[in-house]
Amino acid sequence: MLLMPCPWCGPRDEPEFQFGGEPATRPIPAAEVSDQRWADYLYLRTNEKGFHRELWCHAGGCGQWFLVERDTVTHVIHRTLKPGEPA
Amino acid sequence: MKRLPTGGRIDRAAPRAFTWDGKALGGFKGDTLASALLANGIRIIGRSFKYHRPRGLYGAWSEEPNAIVDLAWKGEHDPNARSTLVDLQAGMAASGLNAWPSVAHDVYGLIDRFHRFIPAGFYYKTFKSPRWETFEGRIRQMAGLGTLRRSDDRRRYETRHAETDVLVVGAGPAGLAAARAAHAAGLRVILADDRAAWGGSLLWREGVIDDRAAADWVADTIAGLDGATLLPRTTVFGAYDHNAFGLLERRPSAADGWATERVWQVRARHVVLATGAIERPLVFPGNDRPGVMSAAAVLQYLREYGVLAGNRVVLVTNNDSAYETAHALIAAGARITIADARPELGAIARRAADHGIQVRANTVPVNTGGRHGLRWVDVAPRDNLAARERIPADVVAISGGWSPAVHLHSQAGGKLRWDAAEAAFLPEAARPGQHLAGAITGGTSLAEALEAGHHAGTVVASTFGRASAVLPPRAEPAAAPSPIAPLWFVPVPDQRQWIDFQNDVTLKDVALAARENYASVEHLKRYTTLGMANDQGKTSNVNGLAALAAFTGREIPEVGTTTFRPPFVPVSLGALAGMRHGRLYAPIRHLPSHADHLGNGAEMREYGGWLRPACYLRVGETVPQAIQREAASARQAAGLLDGSSLGKIEVQGADAAAFLNLLYYNELATLKPGRLRYCLLLRETGVVYDDGVVARLAPDRFLLSPSSSHTAGVLAMLRAWHQTEYPAMQVAFHDITAAWATYAISGPNARAILGRLATSIDISDAALPHMAIADGSIGGVPGRIARVSFTGERSYELSVPASHGAALWRHLLDLGARDGITLFGIEALSVLRAEKGFILIGTDTDGMTLPVDLGVTAPLRNKKVDFVGKRSLLTPDATRPDRRQFVGLLPADPRFVPAVGSHAIETADGKRRSIGWITTSCRSPALGRSIALGMIEAGRARIGETVELFHLGQTSRATITAPCHLDPAGERLHD
Amino acid sequence: MRYSALNLFRQGLAGQTGWPQAWRSPEPRPSYDAVIVGGGGHGLAAAYYLAKVHGMRRVAILEKGWLGGGNTGRNTTIVRSNYFFPESSAIYDFALRLYEGLSQDLDYNIMLSQRGILMMAHTEHDMELMARSVNAMLINGIDVELLDAAQVRAEVPLLNFGANARYEIHGGFTQRRGGIARHDAVAWGYARGASGLGVDIIQGCEVTGFDIAGGRVTGVQTTRGAIGAGVVGLAAAGHSGVLAGLAGFKLPIQSYALQAMVSEPVKPVLDTVVMSSATGMYVSQSDKGELVFGAGLDLYPSYAQRGNLPVEQAVIAGMLEMFPAFRRLKLLRAWAGLVDVCWDYSPIIGPAPLEGMFLNCGWGTGGFKAIPAGGWMLAHLMATGQHHPISAPFDLSRFTTGRLIDEAAGAGIAH
Ligand SMILES: Cc1cc2nc3c(=O)[nH]c(=O)nc-3n(C[C@H](O)[C@H](O)[C@H](O)COP(=O)(O)OP(=O)(O)OC[C@H]3O[C@@H](n4cnc5c(N)ncnc54)[C@H](O)[C@@H]3O)c2cc1C
Ligand SMILES: [Zn+2]
Repeated sequence: MLLMPCPWCGPRDEPEFQFGGEPATRPIPAAEVSDQRWADYLYLRTNEKGFHRELWCHAGGCGQWFLVERDTVTHVIHRTLKPGEPA
Repeated sequence: MKRLPTGGRIDRAAPRAFTWDGKALGGFKGDTLASALLANGIRIIGRSFKYHRPRGLYGAWSEEPNAIVDLAWKGEHDPNARSTLVDLQAGMAASGLNAWPSVAHDVYGLIDRFHRFIPAGFYYKTFKSPRWETFEGRIRQMAGLGTLRRSDDRRRYETRHAETDVLVVGAGPAGLAAARAAHAAGLRVILADDRAAWGGSLLWREGVIDDRAAADWVADTIAGLDGATLLPRTTVFGAYDHNAFGLLERRPSAADGWATERVWQVRARHVVLATGAIERPLVFPGNDRPGVMSAAAVLQYLREYGVLAGNRVVLVTNNDSAYETAHALIAAGARITIADARPELGAIARRAADHGIQVRANTVPVNTGGRHGLRWVDVAPRDNLAARERIPADVVAISGGWSPAVHLHSQAGGKLRWDAAEAAFLPEAARPGQHLAGAITGGTSLAEALEAGHHAGTVVASTFGRASAVLPPRAEPAAAPSPIAPLWFVPVPDQRQWIDFQNDVTLKDVALAARENYASVEHLKRYTTLGMANDQGKTSNVNGLAALAAFTGREIPEVGTTTFRPPFVPVSLGALAGMRHGRLYAPIRHLPSHADHLGNGAEMREYGGWLRPACYLRVGETVPQAIQREAASARQAAGLLDGSSLGKIEVQGADAAAFLNLLYYNELATLKPGRLRYCLLLRETGVVYDDGVVARLAPDRFLLSPSSSHTAGVLAMLRAWHQTEYPAMQVAFHDITAAWATYAISGPNARAILGRLATSIDISDAALPHMAIADGSIGGVPGRIARVSFTGERSYELSVPASHGAALWRHLLDLGARDGITLFGIEALSVLRAEKGFILIGTDTDGMTLPVDLGVTAPLRNKKVDFVGKRSLLTPDATRPDRRQFVGLLPADPRFVPAVGSHAIETADGKRRSIGWITTSCRSPALGRSIALGMIEAGRARIGETVELFHLGQTSRATITAPCHLDPAGERLHD
Repeated sequence: MRYSALNLFRQGLAGQTGWPQAWRSPEPRPSYDAVIVGGGGHGLAAAYYLAKVHGMRRVAILEKGWLGGGNTGRNTTIVRSNYFFPESSAIYDFALRLYEGLSQDLDYNIMLSQRGILMMAHTEHDMELMARSVNAMLINGIDVELLDAAQVRAEVPLLNFGANARYEIHGGFTQRRGGIARHDAVAWGYARGASGLGVDIIQGCEVTGFDIAGGRVTGVQTTRGAIGAGVVGLAAAGHSGVLAGLAGFKLPIQSYALQAMVSEPVKPVLDTVVMSSATGMYVSQSDKGELVFGAGLDLYPSYAQRGNLPVEQAVIAGMLEMFPAFRRLKLLRAWAGLVDVCWDYSPIIGPAPLEGMFLNCGWGTGGFKAIPAGGWMLAHLMATGQHHPISAPFDLSRFTTGRLIDEAAGAGIAH
């Protein structure tokens, strides 16, 4: 059970949070994007074993989204970043 | 076997009567069921799983593999109670299980005669013809342990959450010293131990600490831990990520009943694992006979419960630890012979010999005998097994060394290493935030355990920048023990030697697995079922893999060990679920006028997490009749519906319009203040997620009304898009659903009824046309009226603060009485909207439905911004001409209502193919016939065609129409 | 030696000492015509059918751990073919039909127990969705029956029909040919069969890279050296993404932990498999007497192969809601597998973006029931380079065209 350091609220238990997936850059304008490119955006993720960047939301708390650097094998959380915070 | 007149922590003044297999027996307060059975001379307590061999007590605590019983007490029941873990209570009725007629005389014991034909995994090699099920029923009846009674379980289960600086697991000398040091440094400490009394091994081992008897030191130490959370009778059963732990506390009930089980979830900054070690059995021929017991357990029964397990004891060991048992037994009056497998007598053995105990070096057991319990044991020199000598014995106390209780360490991802000198798997290194002390790190003396515990406590304290204010506890340093000499099994070929007692895994089974190349330890475990019984291999794992190593010519570390999985001891499912059952499993929301609905005869059902009226039953009416009546009245006169559960999300900010225009499928930038628009909300995959009316209250203020079940989801979606994709936009969201009560009046008389309502809002058609909204006061409270219709009739939605809801509801009923106002529920609403061909999200749509399937195509053609899901509407699949499309259907037989879920089919070459399905159907009171809605392949192009419908083998016919069955021009909205 | 009661008896007289190895453990050869990565059910079955159906002899399976140690040895062993879309019905029923003859075909008792599988409906709306599913299945030729509440009660009297039940039982549907099978036996039976046909099963051999020449895969790098390969099949479940990364492409797959649990064994109390959509739970009673149960995925991607307590508790609470009588039973063991979840919860079978490489992955939470078919399809692809008609809809290209096969969307069935 993760102890997730919310960048706004501090460390909180996993059940307060919602996992939001690996961030993906939205290609625009839509009409000019190929089917392949759009499918990649919708469905392709690194699914990294080890160091992984992912979005979480403190849904049961402040309601804020943030970026998490987590190891998908050990579940060590390296750090969490507010949106826009320099990586 | 007998109870001694003195000794132990039992209360001889408090007798406890209980029954065993119907026979009345007696024990004392402080006994476990196991110790009481032993004191009463009950030898056979269980039967093994496969061969139905008679089994007695091996251990004294959670390692016990054999003595699982059926336990009934005070109207409750435990089908698989481990007798060593049951606090004896007066009136308990225990009995043997998985045997007939009793464990003492079990006719299934005959199976054992055929053991050579049913080796490990025999079932993989046979029972194939004609099919497994031919045999399965019988085999299932034979398998299983206890019998579950089908009554309700009325016991209470509780849940607790806690956070602490340090969790100390185990209150033996190491754990106590750690807790003491951490506590003295001012840390928040939780100390958990699975025993009812504090002290761990000090409960049955002698020692002197800080110049006091160990028991006194334990009592003083516990007394000194004021403010710490002390959890006796608490097993830490699981270690999870980031130092989270699961604890099972058994709280004695005040009212003399079953203990209340409470599961704790503890988040610890640090954990000290002082979990000790578990004694391993020796593997030798006949080692499963009742009377063969763990040497430590024999000592525990003696010291803790005053029970002498046997009068004539042969103690067999390969290490020093068992000698304490020998001395204690002698002192209690037993006769003792010691067989030490080690080639020469070490210091401790020589001391025993000096005391007059018969000690034989280089001696191992080679057989045991006795029906219904042990009578004799044959021993022989280790290097000349043929030179057997028979020694009479009623107990053989065995010690094959100690396996550190590394379970929690391993569960937390800790690695293990094989230590050849200790002949044990030890933790390789502590995990972050984890500290190890005492026997979990290998054989330690009392002095070493105390020191390691104290050290762990001070290390934890130092990470908080604190120092411990107490001196380390001291005990006399012990002389170095003579090393253990592993004896993994005794190489006599013909006889069975047990490794896993409960599952009947013998040495031969391991040999067979090795021979057949089930050579990975996990294959061994699965093929033979080694370590898979109730004790989860606590006593059998290491012996099993040592044997596998021997049979495959490898070293033990090469073979490796299996993964330790939670829970450490079996935990009742009820305790793990805790309070989460019944209503609390998933709470249901109630409407502000709930009581009124009940008073009005509502049949309440759950819709999207809310309890809402399905219909209002009048005397003598059936539910379908009520639905038809309500729907008809709403069309003919007026209906009143409680719509309070409909979502209400306020969206505000300078960029609210621009933001919503990016989110919603429909154009919102052009929506004028005071006006409403029906909109779809898509997922990025183009699928319709929700629909609802969006109101623009002011240029920078919108009110969304998502479906009841999607309100939370829509809010989450808005937030996610705002924060992750459009963070620069000035917009904020508020879920105000619960703050408002909303009622809809619908029907030709709606206008007249509202005309009598005291409101500041101008409800004239000019001021409040269809799809408009206005604020004002309603009956003296601030409110809002929206002109919007889900029924196709002229409709008004009135909203007031939730606390005024019930009053308004009653008031509207009064106002409408003379115009025939009728309450209608969700089911009639569904009929009304079906007549109009309006979709219901999740009923007419599913996870594949695109807006184009619903015929809503204008935004895709006209809207310029990159709204959510737009690009997904342009893929080859989204633009396929044969997509399923939303249509109406008129059954050929107007009295026949085709079931929702019926498929429309095409038949080609004698093969049926589904071309879609019915999503809604009902009898329409307005049309006096059956109608339906559905999704049909290329449905819009098929309007006018007849299709075949299929439902559970029956077929019928229907004509495809446009979705709207009534008033397609929408004239009734303005009537 | 054939596996039979007679041989067991004969061996019994000889101390069971004459049984040969169930499979060989050879050293890897320098190259093979076909190399399969992943010694789970799908990989083992593919190797078996490559040898048996396509006559290929130079075939190797490379398994990083021990064979059958992935999800194949960790799942709750439910088999069924009651799927909504014709494409799904086709592949899962093909699998079930192979399962029905598998003990004989492999000469290994996989303990297929066709005790039926019952899915419950808790509202009228559930019943309607269920009717839609049942009709779809009947049209697809699958043996299912819609049951009303009384029929459900007759089949599983222990279910919660009490007044306090959070989820009323309105009915359900059953597939009588569904049931459970012994997971280890499926892996071991295929391994023994494949090894007997000359396939090299190489355990403790992790694939760490691919040799690529002229845009085509020519071999694999492993912890036991380089191995040349005519064609490569990937059947690595939760590690598919890692292997795709090594080969230079990505997959529309996420790896999650999925937990399963067993209780202590009791005498028979449950004679069929039960699933509930309201709680997501599924439960059956093993032949040994343990209740075997599980529910949804853990909440975030993981390669840790261990589960978490909150999810465990939620799963248990869900099961007890259906079966209050199980409250007093104890949890014996909980574990997790590492499942490869596609966006539409359907598998990916077909050519990989790299020539000479073929995919069998994305089975997620439900691929045990598909093992014979998944193996068959992968073998067909590797031997012929072409899709079998049954596997064509599961091609990777569906994510670009948008033609997903989303069973949950189609029928509201979670598992
Ligand atoms: C808890 C749980 C319950 C489930 N319940 C059911 C159920 O009831 N019914 C059902 O049908 N399905 C169920 N499933 C799903 C099912 O178990 C899987 O879909 C199926 O077993 C997948 O088989 P596989 O052969 O693809 O994968 P696996 O059995 O996981 O095999 C993949 C193998 O690849 C190996 N591998 C990975 N990377 C490498 C590498 N680089 N080199 C070499 N080898 C590698 C792994 O070690 C592993 O052995 C469940 C799964 C879990 C976890
Ligand atoms: Zn927060």
